[in-house]
Amino acid sequence: MGEPEIKPASAGPTGDRVRSDLSVAYEPGAGELAIERTSRVDYLYGEAIEAAVRRVADAFGATTGQLTVTDAGALEWVILARTESCLRRAGFDGPPVLPEPAPGSEAPRVRDRLRRSRLYIPGNQPKLMVSGGLYSADAVILDLEDSVPPAEKDAGRVLVRNALVALDWGASERMVRINQGAVGEEDLAAIAVHNPHTVLLPKVETSAQVGRAAEVLQHLAGEDAAFLMPILESPIGIHHAFEIAAADSSIVALTIGLEDLSAELAAPRTTGGWESFLGRQTTVYAARAAGIQPIASVFSDINDEEGLAAYVRRERGLGFDGVGCIHPRQIPVVHREMTPSAEEVERAVRIVRAAREAEERGLGAVAVGSKMVDPPVVRQAERTVELGVAGGVLDARWDDSEN
Amino acid sequence: MVVRLEKNAAGRLVPVEVNGRAAVPFAGVGKYRPDGRRAAPRIASCIDYPADGDKRAGSLREAFERVGLTDGMVVSTHHHLRNGDTVANAAFDTAAEMGLRDLMWFPSASFPVHANQIGHLDSGVIHHIEGSMNGPLGAYCSAGKMRGLGVLRSHGGRWQAIQDGEVHIDVAVIAAPAADVFGNANGLSGPAACGLLGFALADSIYAEKVIVVTDNLTPFPCLPWQIQGNNVDAMVEVSSIGDPSKIVSGTTRLTQSPDRRRIAELAARFCADAGIMRDGFSFQAGAGGTTLAFAIYLAELMRAHDVTARFARGGSTQHMVEMLDEGLIEYILDGQTFDLDGVRSMASDPRHQDTSPFTSYNFHGKGNFASMVDVAVLGATEVDLSFNGNVVTHSDGRLLHGIGGWQNCLTARCAMLLVPSFRDRIPVIVDEVTTLCGPGELIDVVVTERGIAVNPLRQDLLDAVAGSDLPIRPIEDLKAELDRLCGVPATPELSNDPVAIVKWVDGTVIDTVWRVD
Repeated sequence: MGEPEIKPASAGPTGDRVRSDLSVAYEPGAGELAIERTSRVDYLYGEAIEAAVRRVADAFGATTGQLTVTDAGALEWVILARTESCLRRAGFDGPPVLPEPAPGSEAPRVRDRLRRSRLYIPGNQPKLMVSGGLYSADAVILDLEDSVPPAEKDAGRVLVRNALVALDWGASERMVRINQGAVGEEDLAAIAVHNPHTVLLPKVETSAQVGRAAEVLQHLAGEDAAFLMPILESPIGIHHAFEIAAADSSIVALTIGLEDLSAELAAPRTTGGWESFLGRQTTVYAARAAGIQPIASVFSDINDEEGLAAYVRRERGLGFDGVGCIHPRQIPVVHREMTPSAEEVERAVRIVRAAREAEERGLGAVAVGSKMVDPPVVRQAERTVELGVAGGVLDARWDDSEN
Repeated sequence: MVVRLEKNAAGRLVPVEVNGRAAVPFAGVGKYRPDGRRAAPRIASCIDYPADGDKRAGSLREAFERVGLTDGMVVSTHHHLRNGDTVANAAFDTAAEMGLRDLMWFPSASFPVHANQIGHLDSGVIHHIEGSMNGPLGAYCSAGKMRGLGVLRSHGGRWQAIQDGEVHIDVAVIAAPAADVFGNANGLSGPAACGLLGFALADSIYAEKVIVVTDNLTPFPCLPWQIQGNNVDAMVEVSSIGDPSKIVSGTTRLTQSPDRRRIAELAARFCADAGIMRDGFSFQAGAGGTTLAFAIYLAELMRAHDVTARFARGGSTQHMVEMLDEGLIEYILDGQTFDLDGVRSMASDPRHQDTSPFTSYNFHGKGNFASMVDVAVLGATEVDLSFNGNVVTHSDGRLLHGIGGWQNCLTARCAMLLVPSFRDRIPVIVDEVTTLCGPGELIDVVVTERGIAVNPLRQDLLDAVAGSDLPIRPIEDLKAELDRLCGVPATPELSNDPVAIVKWVDGTVIDTVWRVD
């Protein structure tokens, strides 16, 4: 095998409307590597841009030819990613060139946590990523699937990898939605060791698909392997819901994608949602049976706040623990609607207290007033209390006063 | 041009002579007190004007000839027609046809449509501009192509300069959406309706000669007379004074930008948590993306807490009018109307009062409304670790915006800057502002998407929000986060060649804008 052929290549968006991003083009040549740059922020960051580009070129052994950088105010992690993608496309190879890790990039993953809201962020739009951790979503999803066109999958995964390292995602769970099949495995190879908390698997139809992803993750990251959240998006996936939900111990939640499902059902998505009722309810049953969280689909009209609120109430009523968000403004609405009422919380507190008291006294059965309470009710009450605290209906120190 | 420079009280190098007149360096907030008497035009005699009140001239040129416009004079215009204005351009096109030279243009603000004047600057019809310069005009001035120094004043500073004689307007050209032959005029009706004419009020009172231009001549009397015909020398009827679609917007939409909405929401919550939002309070509103969103979030909180504002000051929009109709605010004291709902409301609702820089901002007034407002929300291009603000230049030193009412509004009881922490890698929170427009002692709170910084001088505000769950952070902390995210920026080299000065509200020079190549 000879050296791979080095060819002209480029990465990153071009045009006058680009902001907070850049394009990098490589032209092979005999002379020592030249870096031509134009930037809107050259007067502030010219040298920093040059240094970032050179760092990647050095790591990839690109010592000749010309790199042309057209920058529109991209942050360093974006410059590193675009340059890396360009050089990979040109035929160079090298180790990932990572940005400085953000505080919080080591935040540990937590199996049992609130997943009321999850904010989708397109995996190829750095401008939308930068503030993604500020909106207090329970989770952010860096999306490599539907929001990244096929020809950009390679660049998207480098960008998402760098975003996982360089950005502070706050208290949000760090999720990545990968692609199906072999492309998805390449996605995993790029991101697995950069602390994704949970990986979303699109269009899962068999338990084997989940097993395969778990195996790849295990191989790449060992005990740091991310949790999984399969997405059911087809009638056959719904049909296999329980096997999928129970396919692997790394699964923490099961969700449903209604846009694709409706298409396959040949039943357009309606506001009432009767066409997907069985699918949604099956998802809840399967997830509960497997001891994981059922999570509902997104609501796509960002301007219809009342519609969203009604949607969240309905999905919560079906048993879902959370819904997807496509715009940060949906998050507070989702959290509000996922929060139980003061009366519900009060009742739940009584049950939890009774359960603790019973445990202290070594009693097997829990009684609230004259009614006996079963263990599932206690678990549900604990969840209600947690939601009440998260939603601001109940003081986080509610049980301090007892002691 | 060799200009002598001195360091002012803010440590900024400023010229002590501007366009042939001595200029006073900034002495500190509230430290400078000019004396003397107000300037005034020559006294006129009614016997020199037609007894039947008909002051019409056949054309702008005829009007200029009647009032004796000659080389080197100061010609003023107003900006209520915003980017739809055709009159300011027509005035200098006419002056060019008449072969006039070296005029000084004294607009209350300029817009991109006024790039037309670049030709007149090049040819010598206009000597220089004293007023805001944005877009192409800003680039022209920044490049050092203008013969005189640009002078940037706040809306209040413009009134101050007219009133104390620093600027003597020879001919005011006032575009009027409605007017009668006597010169009474207002902005309330007609195809170019813009609400009010407050920015032209000083011009009408203090200019030597006043020309009203309208495309909507009404029989006498044109009521209400926002501009009084008794101050007017000549009337010109034209087919159009402006493009209505660029004067007011049909509807003002709430920004979709998540960051801007977050900033606006944090600012509104700050007002609630700090106790600023209470029954009978007042606020300054605007039509910018973030300030409009602020008013919308504030309205939500006011409803939730059952609070009513006594008045809102500033530009009106559909949203402000809805708040008035809903009873959330009792009065709008309006400096400029931004959309058609604002115009309609001003024309029909006595609780919607038109104002002027005299009532709201003027340094030489015996008080003004700006300092009586509980909270003002403003933008900025930069704010530094001492809370100093810049609103006129880009961080490379190029002229970008006018001051507008920004400096004047800083005197509100709580002045808040609502800014993104950075824009496309360019930090907004910086070590030191490129151009000083507002001293940090007047800037109380900086709200960014990454947190809220309260000026340490405002311990009362810090105490008031102590128990709040708002992300209150020291400004140094925000800056450190930006240094990590964007990288530490280089310090751009500025030239030693002044192209414009920034006036403080009292007429002193607070900073210099330098040539950028």
